[in-house]
Amino acid sequence: MTNILLIAFAISLIYMGIANRLSTYINILAVQGIILFGVSFIELIQINTINLIFILFETIVFKTIAIPLFLNYVIKKNNIVREAEPFLPDFLSVVIITCIILGSFILSNIITGVHIQKMFFLVAISALLSGLFIIITRKKVVTHIMGYLVIENGVFILSLSTGNKMTMLVNAGITLDIFVSVLVLGVFVNRIGNTFEEMNVDNLANLKD
Amino acid sequence: MFGYYLIIAFIIGIVLMLNRNRVVRILLLGLFLAMQTAITIYAYFHLNETNTIYFKFDALGVIFMCVLTLLSYTTIYHSFVYLQHRADSSRSQSIYFAALIILIIVMTCAYLASYLGVMWVFIELTTLSVAVLIYHERTPLSLEATWKYVFICSIGITITFIGIILLSIAIQETEITNFSFKAIPDQLLHVSASWLKMIFLFMIVGFCTKMGLFPMHTAAIDAHTVAPPPISAFISTTLMNVGFISIFRTYSMFAHTSILPWMNMILFLCGLISIIVSAAYLLKVNHLKRMSAYSSIEHMGIAAIGIASGGIGYFAAIFHMILHSFVKAGVFYQIDQFHRNFRTYMINETGNYFKRNLPGAMVFLLLLIAITAMPPSGLFVTEFWIFKALFKSGHFFILVLALFFLSIAMYSLAKNFLYILFNQTKDLLPAEEKPNPTETYSQYILLALVFYLGINPPVGMINLIKDAVINLP
Repeated sequence: MTNILLIAFAISLIYMGIANRLSTYINILAVQGIILFGVSFIELIQINTINLIFILFETIVFKTIAIPLFLNYVIKKNNIVREAEPFLPDFLSVVIITCIILGSFILSNIITGVHIQKMFFLVAISALLSGLFIIITRKKVVTHIMGYLVIENGVFILSLSTGNKMTMLVNAGITLDIFVSVLVLGVFVNRIGNTFEEMNVDNLANLKD
Repeated sequence: MFGYYLIIAFIIGIVLMLNRNRVVRILLLGLFLAMQTAITIYAYFHLNETNTIYFKFDALGVIFMCVLTLLSYTTIYHSFVYLQHRADSSRSQSIYFAALIILIIVMTCAYLASYLGVMWVFIELTTLSVAVLIYHERTPLSLEATWKYVFICSIGITITFIGIILLSIAIQETEITNFSFKAIPDQLLHVSASWLKMIFLFMIVGFCTKMGLFPMHTAAIDAHTVAPPPISAFISTTLMNVGFISIFRTYSMFAHTSILPWMNMILFLCGLISIIVSAAYLLKVNHLKRMSAYSSIEHMGIAAIGIASGGIGYFAAIFHMILHSFVKAGVFYQIDQFHRNFRTYMINETGNYFKRNLPGAMVFLLLLIAITAMPPSGLFVTEFWIFKALFKSGHFFILVLALFFLSIAMYSLAKNFLYILFNQTKDLLPAEEKPNPTETYSQYILLALVFYLGINPPVGMINLIKDAVINLP
């Protein structure tokens, strides 16, 4: 079951490569939150209740509901055009994300000597690289935050694979970190929206030598 | 003890944020400085003691804590001067000082954290608190720089976190999983080399955003350009020291495993490419603050090469970071005065600074000597040791390349500084205000420290640095 969910997560990454509208991106992020909830529910059912509740709170309330609502608010408030405006054609994006997943697959099979759940590692590394790829190839500032959230989802999957070894404190730290950084980034997106007419990276190219 | 410091200092920060009265603000800042000094002295006399569970007064942390405390005095003073001349509203001054106090506290915590995860959390907090300060001037340019800084640092710190998770996977087979810097090296001895290499790469890439080393140096440059000059002084010195400490601690964790030579190679690459990049940009740069930022990147490169070359290089790298902090802070304090004199940071629109502001010009001239590591500057001694370590470890090719690009950087710095000081070909507008010589005193003190520490370093400091590198091979 875990494997099926993780494969679904990887497929959502490919879908992100061809998605055109910003609302699709937000929906994908919400779906990824639900998938993460499923994975953590299956994997962590035997650990203590507080930690479990905490993680479930993080996935459902935070990743599935709060962040998508917040991003929707940012997009509405700043009248952002609904197109994602990638620099690359969709076909190429899909090919590259597929190559990323293939590469992570090969990497996870090369590495030896450490006991690791390969499936988790594979999906986490693909999420990291796909997130970076989305950040690089999309023009809008909001899509940069979405790429960052994809990376964070990958990190979450990787931290699930360590099981209950991670302490509560570290988990709290991660949540706080994501929460604050999304909030701060959102605030700055709003500022960028107020300062410049269009919120894309062309406006952010004045600092240079 | 450290716990009390944290609680009281955070309360001071919050009160500063709410307070709008100038006298109360000065009193609170004075109180904070007294506390910061007291905790530093306490830490120095309780070396290697664990305090408040997650913190430890180890030698490396205490050294940089002393540097931070010293620079806090000057930075707060110059912040007052800066804000006074900008005539900012009382509200924005409150936000500025509250963020500055929080930044100093979280940097102190990042220096002293004895657990990997705790250090990670505080490094993330430095990014957020310094973002408020970078955005202080509220211009489109500062918005751009802050956005880039926060975004790149967040991604960098996330990548580091992946490294930490991989590390925890690697050591989860040992019986007691313990993430303190003291316990990790023993647990790493049985992990396979390819896995260790992957962990090291992830962690080092993330920490490079803070230290300003090659793959992730761009964010720091833009932040320097738009931040208020006293804050640039902090970003360039104490915040880069945070990055240095994190890289140094990571390196120490892995130093007894089989990947040591490979790790050295990675650090050589980072350091050397940082020097090459900064030398290339220094040749064409025209913005005084960007020039100083690139010069910081160059010095970080030298420190990374110092760590990688081993032997006396470890010692020299730490010493280099200390002295560089004093010099670079002085540069940015003087840049503030310079900017008020010319109303611009562009080098080609200025000149003849010697006539316009003699004390400030003398500071620039002495800083030029200090920063290009000419004797009697202390940086000369440390760079000499680093190159000696390179020579001893047999890396002649890297030595030649580093020296070549350093001389290019030296030429560019000297050319630009001398242009500012002596060029008389331009008709410039007269300065609007008479330069105030008392603003240069802090720079003379810092310069005196740099020259003195290079010639005659005190025994206490030498022992601290020796203590910090004692566990390295």
